Amino acid sequence: MTTGFVFALAGAALFALGVAGVVLIGHLLRRILAFNLMGSGACLVLVGLAQRHDVADPVPQAMVLTGIVVAVAATALALALVRKLHALTGQLELPDDADD
Amino acid sequence: MKRIVVVALVVTLALAFVFLLSGAMLELEPAAIDLRAPVSAHLADSGVSHPVTAVLLNYRGYDTLLEIAVLLLALLAILAVVGDTAATRPVAAHPVLQTLGRLATPLMVVVAVYLLWTGAFRPGGAFQAGAVLAAAAVLLHLVGLLPGWSTPRLRLRIGLAAGFALFLAVAAALLKQGSLLQYPPEAAGALILLIEAGLTVSLALILAGLFLFLAREEGA
Amino acid sequence: MTLAFDLLLALSLLWCGWRTLATPRLDRAIVLFITFGLLMTLAWARLSAPDIGLAEAAIGTGLTGALLLDAYGVLRRRRVEP
Repeated sequence: MTTGFVFALAGAALFALGVAGVVLIGHLLRRILAFNLMGSGACLVLVGLAQRHDVADPVPQAMVLTGIVVAVAATALALALVRKLHALTGQLELPDDADD
Repeated sequence: MKRIVVVALVVTLALAFVFLLSGAMLELEPAAIDLRAPVSAHLADSGVSHPVTAVLLNYRGYDTLLEIAVLLLALLAILAVVGDTAATRPVAAHPVLQTLGRLATPLMVVVAVYLLWTGAFRPGGAFQAGAVLAAAAVLLHLVGLLPGWSTPRLRLRIGLAAGFALFLAVAAALLKQGSLLQYPPEAAGALILLIEAGLTVSLALILAGLFLFLAREEGA
Repeated sequence: MTLAFDLLLALSLLWCGWRTLATPRLDRAIVLFITFGLLMTLAWARLSAPDIGLAEAAIGTGLTGALLLDAYGVLRRRRVEP
């Protein structure tokens, strides 16, 4: 069980935790937190699996670097939208669809 | 009642996903495509000696070009959402905090320039340097020395777009003598440093803008 | 020996992630998320990826944490004064 495997498994669990959070939590700010957990989990899987035999691999490292920067931009845009929604309607959860 | 069923279903699916994926990961064979050997074989021609920087700015330079475009688009989307409010006056913090901010900022600028330069040889590079500069700008705003940004005027717009424009110009100039972003080996190091410098400035302004364009909306 | 450290780090990552989503108080959740980012930086160091560790510490933890706390402050202030 090398370092890469340990963190790849942890990344898979984090990703599942994040997806469950995005699906089940209604509060938008917490959903953004869960989305970031998903992103971190996916990055861990990318790098951990590539290095599962303990040799550093620069290609997935470069991809994860790009991914982290794009994730922060997505988080900032999501936060701007949540703030605008709160300014316009005072709600912090998306309205439920009416049960048919 | 329905909520409990949904929660139980999602949790069960998540646990099943984790178990199946863990089982699959533990039984993976060695990868069919291993790019470590080609990366280190051509590292001498790439212009830098750190493999991650070589991958980011030489082998996969196209991805970095599009990444900076995506960041610029996200910033434009934030500007569209926030709209057109006036800048608020900065709220001055405790004098000790302000002095610490004034002391820390030049150090952070020096660290950023060092990270930019050393990216060719050691871990570092344009993204880390731009992030440190953006953190310095956020720090200055939090202690009250830098006001939040209102709608950008010409100078800020040029700064925001300069990194992407410079990268695109270098790529277009190289298109004449080969394929996109194929650096001639003798000029590769200098071109990469030039592109990284432009990226650092632009990235610092974009990342700081992600915070500072939103920071003004509370006052008005 | 290093396997024990890696396991401990991975477990604390998972625990921190779980507590981030499960705390009832939002400000505590954001601070736990910042802590999660710092633990991720340690994980990147263990995975021989110092570039990603630098970027995660500055961008993923610092900038995202500042954005989240700023948003939380604005939302709380706007809720207090109707």
